[in-house]
Amino acid sequence: MLPKPKLPNDRWQPLEIVFWLLPVAAYFAFPGYLVLISQIMIIGLFAVSLDLILGYAGIVSLGHAAFFGLGAYTAGLLAVHGWGEPLSGLLAAGLVAGVCGLLTGFLVVRGQDLTRLMVTLGIGLMLFEAANKAAFITGGVDGLSGMMVGKLFGVFEFDLNGNVAFWYSFAVLLLVFVVLRRVVKSPFGLSLIGIREGVRRMPSLGVNVNRRLVAIFTVGAAVAGVAGALLAQTTQFVGLDSLGFPRSAELVIILVLGGTGRLYGGLIGAAVFMLAQDYIAGLNPAYWQFYIGLLLVLIVLFARGGIMGGMERLYRMVKPERKEQP
Amino acid sequence: MLANFAGVLFDGIAYGSLLFLISVGLSVTMGMMNFINLAHGAFAMLGGYVSVTLLSRFGVPFLASLPLAFIASALVGLVLERLLYRRLYKASHLDQVLFSIGLTFMSVAAATYFYGPTQQPVLLPDWLRGQISLLGLDVGAYRVFLIGVVVLVTVALGLLIERTRFGAQIRASVDNQTAAAGLGVNVSLVFSLTFALGSGLAGLGGGLGIDVLGLDPTFPVKYMVYFLLVVAVGGAGTIKGPLLAAIILGVFDVAGKYYVPEIGAFVIYALMVVLLILFPAGLMRRKA
Repeated sequence: MLPKPKLPNDRWQPLEIVFWLLPVAAYFAFPGYLVLISQIMIIGLFAVSLDLILGYAGIVSLGHAAFFGLGAYTAGLLAVHGWGEPLSGLLAAGLVAGVCGLLTGFLVVRGQDLTRLMVTLGIGLMLFEAANKAAFITGGVDGLSGMMVGKLFGVFEFDLNGNVAFWYSFAVLLLVFVVLRRVVKSPFGLSLIGIREGVRRMPSLGVNVNRRLVAIFTVGAAVAGVAGALLAQTTQFVGLDSLGFPRSAELVIILVLGGTGRLYGGLIGAAVFMLAQDYIAGLNPAYWQFYIGLLLVLIVLFARGGIMGGMERLYRMVKPERKEQP
Repeated sequence: MLANFAGVLFDGIAYGSLLFLISVGLSVTMGMMNFINLAHGAFAMLGGYVSVTLLSRFGVPFLASLPLAFIASALVGLVLERLLYRRLYKASHLDQVLFSIGLTFMSVAAATYFYGPTQQPVLLPDWLRGQISLLGLDVGAYRVFLIGVVVLVTVALGLLIERTRFGAQIRASVDNQTAAAGLGVNVSLVFSLTFALGSGLAGLGGGLGIDVLGLDPTFPVKYMVYFLLVVAVGGAGTIKGPLLAAIILGVFDVAGKYYVPEIGAFVIYALMVVLLILFPAGLMRRKA
C-alpha cells in the first residue's frame, strides 16, 4: 500500500513542473469551471495534509476534518465579525488548527492503531457536536453565513467567476506544497518514514518517536486548517459538514485513491474524485455512495497504492533497467 | 428524583446490553483476528431489515423473526469472510479500515435503494408494549425483555467459548494459529465460523434494537462509533470488557441525553476519549 522507502531526492523533476502547469492550463482551457478547479485544489491541499500524518507517519486518522472545520470556522467567524482581510484570516486559521493539533497530538500518539483511530474519531465527533450545539456562534445546521471577505492585498476583490479565488487557492497550494515537499525530503521526513516502517527500531537511532509524531500531526493539522479557511473564504460559507465524519472518511478515500506517502497522491486523488463526483452528481446520491464503496473495496483488494502506485508500477515495467540499488 | 434516577439507570442498562450484544462479535474480530471491521454495523442493519421484512411482509411473529435475523446475518458474514475478509487478515490496519468503510458505504446505498431513506417502523406484540412494575419501579416491558434476551445470549456465549470443543478451538486458534493448526485444528474454518457467529449476533441485535435504536440506511454509520467504542474502551478480544464498557456507555449516554440534552452526544465522546487516554489498551486486557 505505502511506497517503498527511498532516500530523499530533493531535486524538482521535469514531470513535477509539468504537473504544476496543469492547473494554469486548466484556467485558460476551462474558464467556466474555475470554481470546481479551485475546490479541487483546496481539497487537494487538505488531502496532502492528511498524507503527512497517514502516508508519512502512518497514523490512521478518521477525524482529520476536525482541523479543516476549525480553520474554516476561524476564518469564517473572523470575516463575520468584521475581520475580512483574507491573508491574516488564513494565518489565524492555520494557527488555531495547529494549536489544536498540538494539544490533541499528545493524545493521539498514545496507544496503537485502534486507539489512535478511536481518539481521532472521538475528537472529530466532539468538535462536530460542539459546533452543532453552539448554534448561537456557528449557526448550527444552517451554517455560518454573512461572511464579508475583504479584498486580497486590498486590491483584488473576490469575483463571481472565481478568477481571484482560483489564483489565490493556486498560490497558497503551491507555496504550502513547496514547504511540505522540503519537510518530507528532509532528515525529519525520513525519520517519519522510519517510524512508519519500524517504530521499534527508531529509538535506538536516538529518535524521540512521540515528539516527531506530535510535530507532524501539528503541521498536518495546521495545513488542514489553512485548507478549511481557503474553502470558507472562497465560497463565503461554512457548513457543519466541513467538520463531520463523512468529510474525514471521504478525505481518506481521496488520499488512498491517489496514493499515500507521495504528496502528489492527494492532489491527483482530489482531482479524480471531485471530477467523478461532479460528473455523477446528476445521479441519485445513493448510487454515488455505492460506487465509492465499491471503488474502495477494489482498491484495497487489487490496486494497492492507488493511482500513483499504479503509475509507478507501470513506469517500472517500462523502464526496468532504472531499478535503484538499495 | 430517586425513582427517576433508577429509571434512567435501568434504561441505560437496557441500552447498554443491546450495544453489547451487537458489539461482542466485533470484539472477536478486532481482538482475536486483529481485523478492524468498521462494517460490523452493516450486519446489524441487515438483521434489522430482515426482521422488519419478515414482520411486515410475511407476517412472521416477532419472536420467530429474531433467530431468522441471526441466521441471515451469520450466512452473509460467512460468505463475505470466505470471499473477502480472509484475504485481508494480514493486511495493514489502514487497508482493513478502507475495505470495511467501502463495505459500509455499499450497504448504506443498497439499503436506501431497497427500502428508501425513511425510518422503518416495528410492530411489537402486545405483551411487549407498555410498562410493567418491577420492584415498585415502572419500566418498559420491552426493556425488560431486552435485558433478559441479552443475559441469556451472553450466558450461552460464555458456555460456548469456555465449555465446548468449538470454544476451545476458537481460543487455541486465536492464541497461536500455528500451534493450533499443528494440533489438527482447522483454523481457517474456525475463523469463518467465529466471524459468522459474530455477524449473526450483530444481526440479532439489529432485529432486537429497531424499537430502541431505530432503523434507517444510515444505521451502520450512525452507530459505528458506539460499537467501536464499546470494543476499544472495553478491551478487544474479551467478553467481560465490552460488557462493562457497553453498560457504562449505555448508562452515560441515556443519562446525558436525559439530564443535559443541550450537550447531547458530547458526553459520550468525551467519556470515550478520557477512557482511552486512561486505558489505552482497554478496561480489560485479554490474558494470553
